[in-house]
Amino acid sequence: MIAWLLDDSPTSRLQAGLGRAWRVWTALLRNPLAVVGGLIILVLVAMAVFAPLIAPQSPVGQDLANRLMPPSAAHWMGTDELGRDIYSRVVYGARITLLIVAMVAVIAAPVGLVVGAVSGYFGGWADRILMGITDIFLSMPKLILALAFVAALGPGIENAIIAIAITAWPVYARIARAETITFRDAEFIAAVRLQGASSVRVILRHVLPLCASSTIVRVTLDMAGIILTAAGLGFLGLGAQPPLPEWGAMISRGRNFILDQWWVATMPGFAIILVSLGFCFLGDGLRDVLDPKQGEKQ
Amino acid sequence: MSATAIHLENLSISYGKTPVVHDVAFSVAEGESFALVGESGSGKSTILRAISGLAPEWTGAIAILGKPRGHAPDRDFAKVCQMVFQDPYGSLHPRKTVDDCLAEPLAIHGIGGRDARVRDMLAAVGLDQRFRFRFPHQLSGGQRQRVAIARALMLSPRVLLLDEPTSALDVSVQAEILNLLKKLRREQGLTYLMVTHNLPVVSFLCDRLAVMRHGRVVEIADVSALKTGRLADPYSRELYAASGGALQPA
Repeated sequence: MIAWLLDDSPTSRLQAGLGRAWRVWTALLRNPLAVVGGLIILVLVAMAVFAPLIAPQSPVGQDLANRLMPPSAAHWMGTDELGRDIYSRVVYGARITLLIVAMVAVIAAPVGLVVGAVSGYFGGWADRILMGITDIFLSMPKLILALAFVAALGPGIENAIIAIAITAWPVYARIARAETITFRDAEFIAAVRLQGASSVRVILRHVLPLCASSTIVRVTLDMAGIILTAAGLGFLGLGAQPPLPEWGAMISRGRNFILDQWWVATMPGFAIILVSLGFCFLGDGLRDVLDPKQGEKQ
Repeated sequence: MSATAIHLENLSISYGKTPVVHDVAFSVAEGESFALVGESGSGKSTILRAISGLAPEWTGAIAILGKPRGHAPDRDFAKVCQMVFQDPYGSLHPRKTVDDCLAEPLAIHGIGGRDARVRDMLAAVGLDQRFRFRFPHQLSGGQRQRVAIARALMLSPRVLLLDEPTSALDVSVQAEILNLLKKLRREQGLTYLMVTHNLPVVSFLCDRLAVMRHGRVVEIADVSALKTGRLADPYSRELYAASGGALQPA
């Protein structure tokens, strides 16, 4: 099986593609930090998918007799001011975090990629206009911009996702543009143009695949920032609304008791740190593996 | 005499405000192999780029097989005239397999039977089928140049523009590629317009040559004049002397 994957002379398109993926995969496995990061993300995903099985209690079930209990065998992370089990809430919170991260990536990355590639490929006026817009978005602090959008759209997870996506795409546009410019005049692009390919085809089939790997790396590294922004919006009461177990909102609620009942704010804080770290590690590992120059050497 | 494959008249080309080629005119007959020689910066590659549509700022007239040429690459022109680039390392997409690379022109023009055509073309350029699904970084320079030639021939063009197709390769590989080009021309009746600064290559592969200097054609001669060293222009003789007069192909 592995010999088939690593065959120097693949016999089908599928085998060539899988062989390439396998090489990336094994290179990733040789990087310990990337493995740690990947495991953390895997646990996060598992927690989100199997939350009802993992969580011992309902994330919203109140038990006022047991409010603000310290961590114990019954409540691993203690309970909050309404007697809800914090561990259960953290587990369910993984769903919200994952949803936000995935949706922002799905919305922001393609938009940024296309804007950047179009801008870099055509140059001239298209470049000036698109990059002008990008610069305007880049020049504003992310959280403030997201705050403004949430304030305009109204609080809630969906609007928080839209607001974060709006603040996240300019970075990808910049990266895609810089990459595109480096090979816009390359002969392999000239060759497809001479074959009669339309600009749309050149950009979609030939330019974007080359920008994709650096964007994937950047998106992974940005995940931590996205989680923090989402948590920040939650903390300010503009993200997920109660009783949703969003980690940032949980910290915000715990702030009132931070001196006497430290676990209320600390436990979701740990979750945020751990997941952010996981994405950073994975992103670093991916960068080592997916870097185009590295890829040439393989 | 057969029809004219390439006809240039009063062709002047500039990059931005810098004029590069001045008032060039020559004709290449169908089935002929014509060389443009000259030192670096003499504008010979620029002429190829103008003909192919990659250097759009030109005045004068370019006609391919009797049809006037527009200023940008276009679909119909692609089926008639293709180009092979100098650097086989830069002319293949690093993330596409040989198969993708060869099937792409067929996909662009909506031509069916891609599988068989790719297989036939690999055989025609002397590449084993086991190279078909390799990525460019798994190929040698000579193999890459064979892929580049195959790609240019996928649409069965009648005119091939060759931009120093062998100068980036080892000497032994150069000879292989030159033999391949000679064979393909014989088999498919192609017209070649080749840019080179290597006179032995010219005498091996071409029927006529134009010597260029500072963006102008200083002499158009038969290749027999080159072989016997009877070039008329003083600059042409200088070039001839610089190549040591040794005109046996590499």
